[in-house]
Amino acid sequence: MSQVISDELMEYIANLAKLELSEKEKEQAKKDMERMLSYIDKLNELDTEGIEPLSHIFSVNNVFREDVVTNGDDSENILSNAPERKDEAFKVPKTVE
Amino acid sequence: MSKQYETVIGLEIHVELATKTKIFCSCSTEFGGKPNTHTCPVCTGMPGSLPVLNKQVVEYAIAVGLATNCEITQYCKFDRKNYFYPDNPQNYQISQLYLPICRNGGIEIDTPSGKKTIGIREIHMEEDAGKLIHDEWEECSLVDFNRSGVPLIEIVSKPDMRSAEEVIAYVDKLRLIIQYLGASDCKLQEGSMRVDVNLSVRELGSKEFGTRTEMKNLNSYKAIARAIEAEKNRQIELLEEGKEVIQETRRWDDNKETSYSMRSKEDAHDYRYFPEPDLVPIVISDEWIENIRKRQPELREEKLKRYKEQFNIPDYDAKILTSSKKIADIFEATTAICNKPKKVSNWLMGETMRLMKEEGIEAEELSFSPENLAKLIELVEEGAINNSVAKEVFEIIFKEDIDPKKYVEEKGLKIVKDEGLLIKTIKEVIEENPKSVEDYRGGKKKAIGFLVGQTMKKMKGKADPSMINKILKELL
Ligand SMILES: [Zn+2]
Repeated sequence: MSQVISDELMEYIANLAKLELSEKEKEQAKKDMERMLSYIDKLNELDTEGIEPLSHIFSVNNVFREDVVTNGDDSENILSNAPERKDEAFKVPKTVE
Repeated sequence: MSKQYETVIGLEIHVELATKTKIFCSCSTEFGGKPNTHTCPVCTGMPGSLPVLNKQVVEYAIAVGLATNCEITQYCKFDRKNYFYPDNPQNYQISQLYLPICRNGGIEIDTPSGKKTIGIREIHMEEDAGKLIHDEWEECSLVDFNRSGVPLIEIVSKPDMRSAEEVIAYVDKLRLIIQYLGASDCKLQEGSMRVDVNLSVRELGSKEFGTRTEMKNLNSYKAIARAIEAEKNRQIELLEEGKEVIQETRRWDDNKETSYSMRSKEDAHDYRYFPEPDLVPIVISDEWIENIRKRQPELREEKLKRYKEQFNIPDYDAKILTSSKKIADIFEATTAICNKPKKVSNWLMGETMRLMKEEGIEAEELSFSPENLAKLIELVEEGAINNSVAKEVFEIIFKEDIDPKKYVEEKGLKIVKDEGLLIKTIKEVIEENPKSVEDYRGGKKKAIGFLVGQTMKKMKGKADPSMINKILKELL
């Protein structure tokens, strides 16, 4: 059963992802998503009764770090990635709570 | 108000863990560094960087879970919570939704009508966000990522509380447990413990919950109590007017004693969680849990009992001494040096508390050393200084943690043991105050107090009042 992505849903998803899409892009995205959903529908045909959901394909667990500080002040390097910078901080448009 | 209402409260409490490094990278968690000096590609969300979990975070979370009677989720995972905000450089927060590390616990609180258990739904591990500073001069905000990636646990209670008193009893108990575990300093003011209040009201007797709001920005017990009172009244008023309570997040303004809706958070509630692909599952063995249980330090209730038995401290005093881990630590360390528990207790309950109140500081901020308090107690015991000088010296220890022995020596505050000098001074006082002498001899025994005071003044406080008293009585 293939699903149809409504204009409202498309708008909502774009908004959550902070994307501004043109009409053309929206149509394309809708088609892409519908294809993805029909692929999921295909997967749903499989009987997965009694099978634990899998989030990692490696059978590895408990990868830890000891609680020791090894990073020093690398702020100049880090701040060189800032699209905009003021003094020692990343500069962003004003946000109010 | 014609109808009777009941307030239903549940809490979400974020606690910053006392690890040395962040949750997923080896940057320092130290508070107060210059902006962005404790950052790396991981905690600033640079593409290609990978998180590696700090083992100590898991251990602290398990320890808090055990101390609050939770079940430990022995197979647990992290999930991604997606949202956009400038303090969140990855555009997602690594948190736990499906398999939080602790579940189904609870702690007992004391209420006026007896003991009550407040349920804990879950405790999960997550990372803190960066800090936004609003620039005063330009239309912009500045981001400091030093706090980004600092480990947090979020403790989610069940909606089991019915009043501000119950809320504060619960928060205080939880805070003491976590402080005693050493898992966090839990400072409300500095934000290492952040209490969000979920509150709804319903008609008394109703089984259905009303619509709830979430209140943020509560930085003290007082603010929590005031916010609960105000929000309860706001919701009841709406219902009485036939209006609806809107489910929303509100921010408390303690200066204005009112809250306002945080509209910015409104459409951000669809977080599209999914399992965190960059972190492998955590498997917690029975041995690991037992190991942590065995290492659990003495908690408040046990300490309270021990202080009464081992040091013979009265119940009331023991409660106050253990009301903060910091005070209990100072008490024990000082007692270990000078072996005078009662005296140490007196200094902590008397002068320390008085000065804390005067300076408006919390116990966690006390900075004097047990060594210097012990030295001061010894000076008094030896009779080297009297009580009033000791109080003056303590004020300086309290503020600057000076060595009292050196200080007393340097300032010449030691009691003058020269009896000849004392007798000479007392004779002068008797001569200069014939009226008081006459009163005393005429039966007004209280007049001696004035003469002692005058002698003390002449001796610049450096005399033993009981000795003055004795000599005065002999001379009169
Ligand atoms: Zn880092």
